[in-house]
Amino acid sequence: MSQDNNSNGNRIDVDIQVENSDTAAAQDAPAPEEVSTFRLVATLAVAGVLAGLLIVLVNLHTKPIIDKYKAEQLQLAVYEVLPGVERYDTYYLVNDTLSLALPAGAKESEFKRVYVGRNSEGQATGVAISRGESGFQDVIMVIFGYDPIGGTLSGMKILDSKETPGLGDKIFKDMNFVDQFFKGPETPLLGVKTGAGKGQPNEIDMITGATISSKAVIGIINHALEEWKPILDKGIPEAPAVAESAEVAQ
Amino acid sequence: MRTTTAQQDFIRGIWKENPVLIQMLGLCPALAVTNSVANALAMSGATFFVMSCSSVLISTCKRFIPHEVRISAYILVIATFVTLADMLLQAYAPAQHKELGAFIALIVVNCMILGRQESFSSKNTVFRSLLDAFGTGIGFTIALVMMGGFREILGTGSFLGFPLFGPNFEPWVIMVLPAGGFLTLGFILLALGAFEQHKKDKAPRKQVQTVEASS
Repeated sequence: MSQDNNSNGNRIDVDIQVENSDTAAAQDAPAPEEVSTFRLVATLAVAGVLAGLLIVLVNLHTKPIIDKYKAEQLQLAVYEVLPGVERYDTYYLVNDTLSLALPAGAKESEFKRVYVGRNSEGQATGVAISRGESGFQDVIMVIFGYDPIGGTLSGMKILDSKETPGLGDKIFKDMNFVDQFFKGPETPLLGVKTGAGKGQPNEIDMITGATISSKAVIGIINHALEEWKPILDKGIPEAPAVAESAEVAQ
Repeated sequence: MRTTTAQQDFIRGIWKENPVLIQMLGLCPALAVTNSVANALAMSGATFFVMSCSSVLISTCKRFIPHEVRISAYILVIATFVTLADMLLQAYAPAQHKELGAFIALIVVNCMILGRQESFSSKNTVFRSLLDAFGTGIGFTIALVMMGGFREILGTGSFLGFPLFGPNFEPWVIMVLPAGGFLTLGFILLALGAFEQHKKDKAPRKQVQTVEASS
């Protein structure tokens, strides 16, 4: 068993000798008789059941904490990309229309959704949309704020990414890049090399050394808008309760 | 029959048989997640937890585990504790969990942990196994923090997130990339090897000198 790690030089030799004497002693004690297959299976089964129980118990304890944290992060992100909103409602995409309520018995996680931000008078002032697509290393999750009336962006935040540290991670660490999305660029976005822009209102300067990652972010936003714009253009249903005179984007 | 003392069991894993630097076990996490000291600490903490718990449990249950299925049983125990560590980290240290990502789940296949169970915990008392796990865990932590410190200082110019140099410092991005992990490990092993060689060369020379002096 342990002899095969003798490639590690003399330092381990002492240990190997000790282990050998131990194994020798251990083999002397119980007679080397066949253990029944049933016992082998039973041992593993019992161990598996116990392990499963333990995991379930800890999961019961940690799941609420994890979910709460995720919800908080999402909430923070929505308020960050929709500056100036008072509150927001989650709308689900049910049969190609936006709806606050889900069909009876449906699972929440199966529906695409947008977060509609409203000002203090209950007017819909912006929509936060999240979407994930492949970046340089792995899926980049982006949430961005969109103003359906003016067709401009109000903000962008990377929810999750595994981009290269020091290069690709500039998509959320380089404030010069991030700030461009908060300055209300028009859509669809157009990525340009830094300095090569023609001053168009929909240009975003890409990051030198992180072209793929910055292109991915711009692509994600454009694709998300391609998908959601026709739906948003149909109008956002009125908000419940608080909003009486909710003027809705057409 | 036993030739080591409790103290030796504890000390051994820290330096003389350091899992990463001497035994070359657990290199995958040592290379992958040491791009910052905070990540190295989180990884070591999770590994420490898994190893200690598995060692105690396996040395407690060693009589009930038939020899034929011992490896599967060890893996089952280790995987359970890794899942627990994964969930606990996600709940209480979400930022680190996000950074470490899949590498937490990959603690299961860290051969260092399985190695300790097979070669030590399955043959020794609970107390000795715990000491051995602590020692190896500390050794692992030392190695990872050493690499993490080296890479973070050069790669981002900070230590545990505190900037060390002025704003004019140009970080060596390569040090926090995977290539930097290999370079760092290589340099650390080179330094250790040179040190050992130096000690070896010195020892016989001293003897010769004393012999000459006495004659």
